[in-house]
Amino acid sequence: MKKTLIVQPNTSLKNKTGSWRTFRPEIDIDLCIGCTTCTKVCPEGTVAMVKKNNKPKAKINYDYCKGCGVCASECPVKAIVMKPESK
Amino acid sequence: MPRTKPLQILEGSRAIALTVKNIAPAVISAYPITPQTHIVEDLAKFKANGEADYEYVRAESEFAAASIVLGASATGVRTYSATSSQGLLLMTEVLFNIAGLRLPIVMTCANRALSAPINIWNDHQDVMVIRDSGWILLFAENHQEAIGQHIMAYKIAEATKLPVMINVDGYIITHSYEPAWIPDKKTIRKYLGEYQPTSGEYLDPDNPVTIGAFATPNDYMEIRQELHEDLVASQKIIDKEYFNYQKIFETKTKKSQIEDNGLIEYVGPKNPQVILVAMGSILGTIRATIKANKLENKIGILKIKTYRPFPKEAIAEIIFKTKNIAVIEKALSLGQEGPLTLDIKALLLNRTTKTNIQNYIVGLGGRDITTGMIKKIINDIIKTKQNLGSKFVNK
Repeated sequence: MKKTLIVQPNTSLKNKTGSWRTFRPEIDIDLCIGCTTCTKVCPEGTVAMVKKNNKPKAKINYDYCKGCGVCASECPVKAIVMKPESK
Repeated sequence: MPRTKPLQILEGSRAIALTVKNIAPAVISAYPITPQTHIVEDLAKFKANGEADYEYVRAESEFAAASIVLGASATGVRTYSATSSQGLLLMTEVLFNIAGLRLPIVMTCANRALSAPINIWNDHQDVMVIRDSGWILLFAENHQEAIGQHIMAYKIAEATKLPVMINVDGYIITHSYEPAWIPDKKTIRKYLGEYQPTSGEYLDPDNPVTIGAFATPNDYMEIRQELHEDLVASQKIIDKEYFNYQKIFETKTKKSQIEDNGLIEYVGPKNPQVILVAMGSILGTIRATIKANKLENKIGILKIKTYRPFPKEAIAEIIFKTKNIAVIEKALSLGQEGPLTLDIKALLLNRTTKTNIQNYIVGLGGRDITTGMIKKIINDIIKTKQNLGSKFVNK
Protein backbone atom coordinates (compact mmCIF):
# COMPACT_ATOMS: atom_id res chain seq x y z
CA MET A 1 0.00 0.00 0.00
CA LYS A 2 1.86 3.03 -1.26
CA LYS A 3 -0.92 5.61 -1.07
CA THR A 4 -2.17 6.36 2.41
CA LEU A 5 -5.88 6.88 2.89
CA ILE A 6 -5.28 8.78 6.11
CA VAL A 7 -6.06 12.48 6.09
CA GLN A 8 -4.31 14.77 8.58
CA PRO A 9 -6.23 17.51 10.47
CA ASN A 10 -6.52 20.94 8.82
CA THR A 11 -5.76 19.64 5.36
CA SER A 12 -9.17 20.11 3.77
CA LEU A 13 -7.92 23.46 2.43
CA LYS A 14 -5.88 21.41 -0.05
CA ASN A 15 -9.09 20.39 -1.80
CA LYS A 16 -9.79 23.50 -3.87
CA THR A 17 -13.41 23.06 -4.87
CA GLY A 18 -13.70 26.24 -6.94
CA SER A 19 -13.37 24.24 -10.15
CA TRP A 20 -16.80 22.69 -9.51
CA ARG A 21 -18.48 26.04 -10.28
CA THR A 22 -20.70 26.55 -13.30
CA PHE A 23 -22.05 29.93 -12.11
CA ARG A 24 -19.85 32.55 -10.53
CA PRO A 25 -21.20 35.04 -7.97
CA GLU A 26 -19.98 38.55 -8.64
CA ILE A 27 -20.35 41.34 -6.09
CA ASP A 28 -21.09 44.91 -7.05
CA ILE A 29 -19.05 46.66 -4.36
CA ASP A 30 -20.94 49.91 -4.83
CA LEU A 31 -24.29 48.26 -4.07
CA CYS A 32 -22.98 46.15 -1.12
CA ILE A 33 -24.16 47.60 2.20
CA GLY A 34 -21.91 45.33 4.31
CA CYS A 35 -24.84 43.64 6.08
CA THR A 36 -22.88 40.27 6.32
CA THR A 37 -25.92 38.18 5.27
CA CYS A 38 -23.87 36.42 2.54
CA THR A 39 -21.10 35.46 4.98
CA LYS A 40 -23.70 33.77 7.16
CA VAL A 41 -25.62 31.90 4.46
CA CYS A 42 -22.63 30.62 2.46
CA PRO A 43 -22.61 26.84 3.14
CA GLU A 44 -18.87 26.66 2.49
CA GLY A 45 -17.79 29.75 4.46
CA THR A 46 -16.16 31.26 1.42
CA VAL A 47 -17.44 34.84 1.87
CA ALA A 48 -15.54 37.16 4.19
CA MET A 49 -15.94 40.85 5.04
CA VAL A 50 -13.05 43.10 4.10
CA LYS A 51 -12.57 46.83 4.65
CA LYS A 52 -12.73 49.05 1.59
CA ASN A 53 -12.54 52.82 2.12
CA ASN A 54 -13.18 52.09 5.78
CA LYS A 55 -16.49 50.35 4.98
CA PRO A 56 -17.13 46.62 5.35
CA LYS A 57 -17.66 44.89 2.00
CA ALA A 58 -18.18 41.21 1.06
CA LYS A 59 -15.41 39.33 -0.70
CA ILE A 60 -15.63 35.79 -2.15
CA ASN A 61 -12.81 33.25 -2.09
CA TYR A 62 -13.08 31.70 -5.56
CA ASP A 63 -10.67 28.89 -4.66
CA TYR A 64 -13.49 27.25 -2.71
CA CYS A 65 -16.81 28.86 -3.83
CA LYS A 66 -18.82 26.11 -5.58
CA GLY A 67 -21.25 28.61 -7.15
CA CYS A 68 -24.40 27.47 -5.37
CA GLY A 69 -25.96 30.94 -5.58
CA VAL A 70 -27.39 31.12 -2.05
CA CYS A 71 -25.58 34.44 -1.44
CA ALA A 72 -27.04 35.99 -4.60
CA SER A 73 -30.50 34.80 -3.67
CA GLU A 74 -30.28 36.14 -0.11
CA CYS A 75 -28.55 39.50 -0.74
CA PRO A 76 -31.09 42.15 0.38
CA VAL A 77 -29.83 44.75 -2.12
CA LYS A 78 -29.21 42.38 -5.07
CA ALA A 79 -25.53 43.27 -5.06
CA ILE A 80 -24.54 39.69 -6.01
CA VAL A 81 -25.22 38.42 -9.52
CA MET A 82 -24.61 34.88 -10.79
CA LYS A 83 -22.77 34.83 -14.10
CA PRO A 84 -21.89 31.76 -16.20
CA GLU A 85 -18.35 30.63 -15.41
CA SER A 86 -15.97 31.00 -18.34
CA LYS A 87 -12.34 30.12 -18.72
CA MET B 1 -6.33 -34.35 9.46
CA PRO B 2 -3.35 -34.02 11.82
CA ARG B 3 -3.21 -37.52 13.34
CA THR B 4 -0.88 -36.62 16.16
CA LYS B 5 -3.11 -33.80 17.43
CA PRO B 6 -5.71 -34.14 20.17
CA LEU B 7 -9.04 -34.36 18.36
CA GLN B 8 -12.48 -33.43 19.60
CA ILE B 9 -15.81 -34.21 17.96
CA LEU B 10 -17.07 -30.71 17.25
CA GLU B 11 -19.87 -28.99 15.46
CA GLY B 12 -18.38 -26.78 12.70
CA SER B 13 -19.72 -23.57 14.23
CA ARG B 14 -18.34 -24.48 17.64
CA ALA B 15 -14.95 -25.37 16.15
CA ILE B 16 -14.79 -21.93 14.53
CA ALA B 17 -15.98 -20.23 17.74
CA LEU B 18 -13.34 -22.02 19.83
CA THR B 19 -10.68 -21.00 17.30
CA VAL B 20 -11.76 -17.36 17.36
CA LYS B 21 -11.77 -17.49 21.17
CA ASN B 22 -8.13 -18.64 21.08
CA ILE B 23 -7.24 -15.97 18.52
CA ALA B 24 -8.72 -13.51 21.05
CA PRO B 25 -9.72 -10.50 18.94
CA ALA B 26 -10.48 -7.31 20.87
CA VAL B 27 -13.94 -6.66 19.44
CA ILE B 28 -16.62 -9.01 18.10
CA SER B 29 -19.92 -7.73 16.78
CA ALA B 30 -22.79 -9.62 15.21
CA TYR B 31 -26.52 -9.67 14.74
CA PRO B 32 -27.93 -12.71 16.50
CA ILE B 33 -31.03 -13.69 14.52
CA THR B 34 -31.53 -15.91 11.42
CA PRO B 35 -29.59 -16.46 9.20
CA GLN B 36 -26.90 -16.34 11.90
CA THR B 37 -25.07 -19.49 13.03
CA HIS B 38 -23.89 -20.88 16.37
CA ILE B 39 -20.51 -19.27 15.80
CA VAL B 40 -21.43 -15.93 17.35
CA GLU B 41 -23.89 -17.57 19.73
CA ASP B 42 -20.99 -19.53 21.21
CA LEU B 43 -18.73 -16.47 21.22
CA ALA B 44 -21.40 -14.52 23.15
CA LYS B 45 -21.67 -17.42 25.61
CA PHE B 46 -17.88 -17.52 26.19
CA LYS B 47 -17.98 -13.82 27.04
CA ALA B 48 -21.03 -14.15 29.30
CA ASN B 49 -19.40 -17.06 31.16
CA GLY B 50 -16.24 -15.06 31.75
CA GLU B 51 -14.13 -17.36 29.56
CA ALA B 52 -13.12 -14.58 27.15
CA ASP B 53 -12.36 -10.89 27.52
CA TYR B 54 -13.16 -9.48 24.10
CA GLU B 55 -15.73 -6.74 23.73
CA TYR B 56 -18.88 -8.41 22.41
CA VAL B 57 -21.29 -5.94 20.80
CA ARG B 58 -24.73 -7.25 19.93
CA ALA B 59 -25.84 -5.13 16.98
CA GLU B 60 -29.33 -4.20 15.79
CA SER B 61 -28.70 -5.44 12.24
CA GLU B 62 -25.95 -6.91 10.09
CA PHE B 63 -25.37 -3.45 8.64
CA ALA B 64 -24.65 -2.22 12.17
CA ALA B 65 -22.51 -5.26 13.05
CA ALA B 66 -20.29 -4.66 10.03
CA SER B 67 -20.13 -0.94 10.82
CA ILE B 68 -19.14 -1.68 14.43
CA VAL B 69 -16.24 -3.92 13.41
CA LEU B 70 -15.26 -1.32 10.80
CA GLY B 71 -15.04 1.36 13.48
CA ALA B 72 -13.31 -0.93 15.96
CA SER B 73 -10.75 -2.03 13.38
CA ALA B 74 -10.09 1.61 12.50
CA THR B 75 -8.97 2.14 16.11
CA GLY B 76 -6.22 -0.42 15.51
CA VAL B 77 -7.42 -3.65 17.11
CA ARG B 78 -8.25 -7.16 15.90
CA THR B 79 -11.94 -7.69 15.17
CA TYR B 80 -14.28 -10.48 14.12
CA SER B 81 -17.81 -10.95 12.84
CA ALA B 82 -19.84 -13.67 11.18
CA THR B 83 -22.94 -13.73 9.05
CA SER B 84 -24.75 -15.54 6.29
CA SER B 85 -27.03 -15.16 3.27
CA GLN B 86 -29.42 -12.18 3.63
CA GLY B 87 -27.29 -10.92 6.50
CA LEU B 88 -24.29 -10.70 4.19
CA LEU B 89 -26.39 -8.78 1.69
CA LEU B 90 -27.38 -6.29 4.36
CA MET B 91 -23.66 -5.84 5.13
CA THR B 92 -22.73 -5.29 1.48
CA GLU B 93 -22.31 -1.51 1.57
CA VAL B 94 -20.10 -1.69 4.65
CA LEU B 95 -18.04 -4.59 3.24
CA PHE B 96 -17.05 -2.49 0.23
CA ASN B 97 -16.05 0.30 2.63
CA ILE B 98 -13.99 -2.06 4.79
CA ALA B 99 -11.96 -3.18 1.77
CA GLY B 100 -11.65 0.38 0.44
CA LEU B 101 -10.43 1.61 3.84
CA ARG B 102 -7.90 -1.23 3.91
CA LEU B 103 -9.01 -2.53 7.31
CA PRO B 104 -7.70 -6.01 8.25
CA ILE B 105 -11.08 -7.36 9.39
CA VAL B 106 -11.68 -11.11 9.46
CA MET B 107 -15.15 -12.57 9.19
CA THR B 108 -16.87 -15.84 8.51
CA CYS B 109 -19.61 -16.31 5.98
CA ALA B 110 -21.71 -19.43 6.45
CA ASN B 111 -22.73 -19.75 2.81
CA ARG B 112 -26.45 -20.01 2.26
CA ALA B 113 -28.99 -19.36 -0.49
CA LEU B 114 -30.62 -16.00 -1.17
CA SER B 115 -34.29 -15.08 -1.28
CA ALA B 116 -36.72 -15.34 -2.98
CA PRO B 117 -38.04 -17.92 -2.37
CA ILE B 118 -36.95 -17.92 1.27
CA ASN B 119 -34.47 -20.72 1.86
CA ILE B 120 -31.98 -21.15 4.66
CA TRP B 121 -29.91 -23.99 3.19
CA ASN B 122 -26.46 -24.06 1.69
CA ASP B 123 -25.19 -22.76 -1.62
CA HIS B 124 -22.64 -20.12 -2.71
CA GLN B 125 -24.91 -17.43 -4.10
CA ASP B 126 -24.47 -15.08 -1.12
CA VAL B 127 -20.68 -14.68 -1.30
CA MET B 128 -20.78 -14.21 -5.08
CA VAL B 129 -22.64 -10.94 -4.52
CA ILE B 130 -19.58 -9.46 -2.79
CA ARG B 131 -17.09 -11.16 -5.11
CA ASP B 132 -15.93 -7.79 -6.47
CA SER B 133 -15.74 -5.95 -3.14
CA GLY B 134 -11.97 -6.20 -2.63
CA TRP B 135 -12.06 -8.84 0.14
CA ILE B 136 -9.80 -11.88 0.13
CA LEU B 137 -12.23 -14.82 -0.18
CA LEU B 138 -11.13 -18.19 1.20
CA PHE B 139 -13.20 -21.38 0.96
CA ALA B 140 -12.93 -24.25 3.44
CA GLU B 141 -13.68 -27.88 2.62
CA ASN B 142 -14.06 -29.15 6.18
CA HIS B 143 -13.83 -28.17 9.85
CA GLN B 144 -10.05 -28.50 10.12
CA GLU B 145 -9.41 -26.41 7.04
CA ALA B 146 -11.80 -23.73 8.31
CA ILE B 147 -9.92 -23.62 11.64
CA GLY B 148 -6.58 -23.16 9.90
CA GLN B 149 -7.93 -20.54 7.50
CA HIS B 150 -9.32 -18.46 10.39
CA ILE B 151 -5.93 -18.32 12.07
CA MET B 152 -4.07 -17.61 8.83
CA ALA B 153 -6.66 -14.98 7.91
CA TYR B 154 -5.51 -12.56 10.62
CA LYS B 155 -1.89 -12.87 9.52
CA ILE B 156 -2.80 -12.37 5.85
CA ALA B 157 -5.16 -9.46 6.61
CA GLU B 158 -2.61 -7.62 8.72
CA ALA B 159 0.23 -8.20 6.25
CA THR B 160 -1.77 -7.03 3.24
CA LYS B 161 -4.10 -4.48 4.91
CA LEU B 162 -6.97 -6.31 3.24
CA PRO B 163 -10.03 -7.89 4.87
CA VAL B 164 -10.40 -11.67 4.71
CA MET B 165 -13.63 -13.66 4.57
CA ILE B 166 -13.62 -17.38 5.31
CA ASN B 167 -16.45 -19.13 3.53
CA VAL B 168 -17.83 -22.28 5.11
CA ASP B 169 -20.81 -24.16 3.74
CA GLY B 170 -23.90 -23.45 5.81
CA TYR B 171 -25.23 -26.57 7.58
CA ILE B 172 -22.80 -28.91 5.82
CA ILE B 173 -19.88 -27.45 7.79
CA THR B 174 -21.52 -25.16 10.35
CA HIS B 175 -24.02 -27.69 11.74
CA SER B 176 -22.28 -31.03 11.23
CA TYR B 177 -19.97 -32.82 13.68
CA GLU B 178 -16.49 -33.91 12.74
CA PRO B 179 -13.24 -34.68 14.57
CA ALA B 180 -11.21 -31.49 14.69
CA TRP B 181 -8.15 -30.09 16.42
CA ILE B 182 -8.25 -26.60 17.90
CA PRO B 183 -4.77 -25.04 18.17
CA ASP B 184 -4.07 -23.63 21.62
CA LYS B 185 -3.94 -19.95 22.49
CA LYS B 186 -0.20 -19.94 23.09
CA THR B 187 0.76 -21.33 19.67
CA ILE B 188 -1.73 -19.02 17.95
CA ARG B 189 -0.20 -16.06 19.80
CA LYS B 190 3.25 -17.22 18.70
CA TYR B 191 2.09 -17.44 15.07
CA LEU B 192 0.10 -14.19 14.94
CA GLY B 193 2.07 -12.03 17.35
CA GLU B 194 0.64 -8.85 18.83
CA TYR B 195 -1.24 -6.75 16.32
CA GLN B 196 0.58 -3.49 15.66
CA PRO B 197 -1.39 -1.10 13.44
CA THR B 198 0.78 1.22 11.36
CA SER B 199 1.64 4.34 13.34
CA GLY B 200 -0.49 7.34 12.34
CA GLU B 201 -2.93 5.16 10.38
CA TYR B 202 -5.53 4.44 13.05
CA LEU B 203 -7.98 6.46 15.12
CA ASP B 204 -6.29 7.82 18.22
CA PRO B 205 -7.59 10.88 20.14
CA ASP B 206 -4.01 11.97 20.89
CA ASN B 207 -3.08 12.01 17.20
CA PRO B 208 -6.29 12.88 15.37
CA VAL B 209 -6.58 11.80 11.73
CA THR B 210 -9.47 11.26 9.34
CA ILE B 211 -10.12 7.81 7.90
CA GLY B 212 -12.59 7.53 5.07
CA ALA B 213 -12.51 11.04 3.65
CA PHE B 214 -13.73 11.51 0.11
CA ALA B 215 -11.42 11.35 -2.89
CA THR B 216 -11.94 13.47 -5.98
CA PRO B 217 -11.47 12.17 -9.52
CA ASN B 218 -7.83 13.24 -9.11
CA ASP B 219 -7.15 10.42 -6.64
CA TYR B 220 -9.97 7.86 -6.65
CA MET B 221 -8.82 5.91 -9.68
CA GLU B 222 -5.26 5.38 -8.41
CA ILE B 223 -6.61 4.34 -5.00
CA ARG B 224 -8.86 1.68 -6.58
CA GLN B 225 -6.11 0.55 -8.93
CA GLU B 226 -3.81 0.09 -5.95
CA LEU B 227 -6.47 -1.90 -4.08
CA HIS B 228 -6.73 -4.20 -7.11
CA GLU B 229 -2.97 -4.55 -7.49
CA ASP B 230 -2.49 -5.24 -3.79
CA LEU B 231 -5.26 -7.84 -3.91
CA VAL B 232 -3.62 -9.59 -6.86
CA ALA B 233 -0.22 -9.42 -5.14
CA SER B 234 -1.68 -10.83 -1.90
CA GLN B 235 -1.56 -14.31 -3.51
CA LYS B 236 2.11 -14.48 -2.55
CA ILE B 237 1.35 -13.68 1.09
CA ILE B 238 -1.59 -16.13 1.23
CA ASP B 239 0.73 -18.81 -0.08
CA LYS B 240 3.57 -17.87 2.25
CA GLU B 241 1.29 -17.92 5.29
CA TYR B 242 -0.08 -21.31 4.30
CA PHE B 243 3.40 -22.85 4.56
CA ASN B 244 4.31 -20.73 7.58
CA TYR B 245 1.18 -22.08 9.32
CA GLN B 246 2.15 -25.67 8.50
CA LYS B 247 5.56 -25.04 10.02
CA ILE B 248 4.43 -23.45 13.28
CA PHE B 249 1.45 -25.77 13.85
CA GLU B 250 3.34 -28.84 12.62
CA THR B 251 0.79 -29.85 10.03
CA LYS B 252 3.13 -30.28 7.06
CA THR B 253 1.99 -32.52 4.22
CA LYS B 254 4.29 -34.30 1.80
CA LYS B 255 2.50 -32.92 -1.25
CA SER B 256 4.28 -30.78 -3.84
CA GLN B 257 3.83 -27.04 -3.45
CA ILE B 258 2.38 -26.79 -6.96
CA GLU B 259 -0.36 -29.25 -6.04
CA ASP B 260 -1.00 -28.11 -2.47
CA ASN B 261 -0.60 -24.47 -1.53
CA GLY B 262 -2.56 -21.61 -0.04
CA LEU B 263 -4.43 -20.98 -3.27
CA ILE B 264 -5.39 -24.38 -4.66
CA GLU B 265 -5.08 -28.12 -4.14
CA TYR B 266 -4.86 -30.74 -6.86
CA VAL B 267 -5.31 -34.45 -6.41
CA GLY B 268 -5.04 -36.76 -9.38
CA PRO B 269 -2.89 -38.19 -12.14
CA LYS B 270 -0.34 -36.24 -14.21
CA ASN B 271 -2.41 -36.43 -17.39
CA PRO B 272 -6.02 -36.78 -16.29
CA GLN B 273 -8.82 -37.42 -18.74
CA VAL B 274 -10.97 -34.95 -16.81
CA ILE B 275 -10.39 -32.36 -14.11
CA LEU B 276 -13.27 -31.52 -11.81
CA VAL B 277 -13.07 -28.00 -10.36
CA ALA B 278 -15.02 -27.01 -7.23
CA MET B 279 -14.95 -25.04 -3.97
CA GLY B 280 -15.97 -25.86 -0.41
CA SER B 281 -17.47 -28.96 1.18
CA ILE B 282 -18.59 -30.54 -2.12
CA LEU B 283 -14.96 -31.62 -2.55
CA GLY B 284 -15.62 -34.33 0.05
CA THR B 285 -18.42 -35.80 -2.09
CA ILE B 286 -16.23 -35.59 -5.19
CA ARG B 287 -13.35 -37.38 -3.45
CA ALA B 288 -15.72 -40.11 -2.26
CA THR B 289 -17.11 -40.58 -5.78
CA ILE B 290 -13.65 -40.89 -7.29
CA LYS B 291 -12.59 -43.39 -4.64
CA ALA B 292 -15.75 -45.53 -4.79
CA ASN B 293 -15.55 -45.77 -8.57
CA LYS B 294 -11.75 -46.31 -8.61
CA LEU B 295 -11.22 -43.34 -10.93
CA GLU B 296 -8.04 -42.10 -9.24
CA ASN B 297 -5.94 -42.71 -12.36
CA LYS B 298 -8.38 -41.00 -14.73
CA ILE B 299 -9.89 -38.04 -12.94
CA GLY B 300 -8.16 -35.09 -11.29
CA ILE B 301 -9.73 -32.88 -8.64
CA LEU B 302 -8.89 -29.19 -8.42
CA LYS B 303 -9.97 -27.44 -5.25
CA ILE B 304 -10.01 -23.65 -5.26
CA LYS B 305 -9.15 -22.45 -1.74
CA THR B 306 -8.64 -18.79 -2.61
CA TYR B 307 -11.32 -17.47 -4.95
CA ARG B 308 -10.42 -13.77 -4.71
CA PRO B 309 -7.74 -12.82 -5.60
CA PHE B 310 -8.27 -15.31 -8.41
CA PRO B 311 -5.12 -17.50 -8.58
CA LYS B 312 -4.74 -17.51 -12.37
CA GLU B 313 -1.19 -18.88 -12.56
CA ALA B 314 -1.73 -21.59 -9.94
CA ILE B 315 -4.91 -22.80 -11.68
CA ALA B 316 -3.41 -22.66 -15.18
CA GLU B 317 -0.54 -24.82 -13.94
CA ILE B 318 -3.07 -27.57 -13.17
CA ILE B 319 -5.89 -27.32 -15.70
CA PHE B 320 -3.58 -27.33 -18.71
CA LYS B 321 -2.92 -30.99 -17.88
CA THR B 322 -6.29 -31.99 -19.37
CA LYS B 323 -8.64 -31.36 -22.28
CA ASN B 324 -11.86 -31.86 -20.31
CA ILE B 325 -12.78 -29.53 -17.46
CA ALA B 326 -15.99 -29.77 -15.48
CA VAL B 327 -16.62 -26.83 -13.16
CA ILE B 328 -19.11 -27.81 -10.50
CA GLU B 329 -20.71 -24.81 -8.82
CA LYS B 330 -23.28 -23.98 -6.18
CA ALA B 331 -23.72 -20.47 -7.54
CA LEU B 332 -25.07 -18.91 -10.67
CA SER B 333 -24.68 -15.50 -12.24
CA LEU B 334 -28.30 -15.31 -13.32
CA GLY B 335 -28.50 -14.72 -17.04
CA GLN B 336 -24.90 -15.91 -17.57
CA GLU B 337 -23.46 -19.04 -15.96
CA GLY B 338 -21.45 -20.06 -12.91
CA PRO B 339 -19.00 -17.30 -11.88
CA LEU B 340 -16.09 -19.70 -11.30
CA THR B 341 -16.64 -21.19 -14.76
CA LEU B 342 -16.34 -17.76 -16.34
CA ASP B 343 -13.09 -17.10 -14.49
CA ILE B 344 -11.63 -20.43 -15.60
CA LYS B 345 -12.81 -20.01 -19.20
CA ALA B 346 -10.85 -16.75 -19.33
CA LEU B 347 -7.65 -18.68 -18.55
CA LEU B 348 -8.14 -20.86 -21.64
CA LEU B 349 -8.05 -17.92 -24.08
CA ASN B 350 -4.35 -18.28 -24.82
CA ARG B 351 -4.34 -22.05 -24.87
CA THR B 352 -3.88 -23.59 -28.29
CA THR B 353 -5.12 -27.07 -27.32
CA LYS B 354 -8.86 -27.39 -27.80
CA THR B 355 -10.38 -27.66 -24.34
CA ASN B 356 -13.82 -28.89 -23.46
CA ILE B 357 -15.10 -26.91 -20.47
CA GLN B 358 -18.57 -27.23 -19.03
CA ASN B 359 -20.39 -25.52 -16.17
CA TYR B 360 -22.52 -27.76 -13.94
CA ILE B 361 -24.84 -26.12 -11.44
CA VAL B 362 -25.61 -28.27 -8.40
CA GLY B 363 -27.01 -27.97 -4.91
CA LEU B 364 -28.79 -24.62 -5.11
CA GLY B 365 -30.80 -23.91 -1.96
CA GLY B 366 -29.43 -26.96 -0.16
CA ARG B 367 -30.38 -29.61 -2.76
CA ASP B 368 -28.43 -32.72 -1.79
CA ILE B 369 -25.44 -33.45 -4.00
CA THR B 370 -24.97 -37.20 -4.21
CA THR B 371 -22.08 -39.30 -5.46
CA GLY B 372 -24.48 -40.43 -8.20
CA MET B 373 -24.75 -36.85 -9.42
CA ILE B 374 -20.97 -36.45 -9.50
CA LYS B 375 -20.75 -39.71 -11.47
CA LYS B 376 -23.32 -38.33 -13.90
CA ILE B 377 -21.22 -35.18 -14.36
CA ILE B 378 -18.07 -37.24 -15.05
CA ASN B 379 -19.91 -39.30 -17.69
CA ASP B 380 -21.39 -36.18 -19.23
CA ILE B 381 -18.10 -34.28 -19.59
CA ILE B 382 -16.49 -37.30 -21.26
CA LYS B 383 -19.34 -38.30 -23.55
CA THR B 384 -21.38 -35.22 -24.34
CA LYS B 385 -20.43 -32.16 -26.34
CA GLN B 386 -19.97 -28.99 -24.38
CA ASN B 387 -22.85 -26.63 -24.14
CA LEU B 388 -22.31 -22.88 -23.91
CA GLY B 389 -24.88 -22.57 -21.14
CA SER B 390 -24.97 -24.13 -17.69
CA LYS B 391 -26.10 -27.70 -17.18
CA PHE B 392 -28.29 -28.09 -14.10
CA VAL B 393 -27.82 -31.37 -12.28
CA ASN B 394 -30.93 -31.66 -10.14
CA LYS B 395 -30.93 -35.36 -9.26
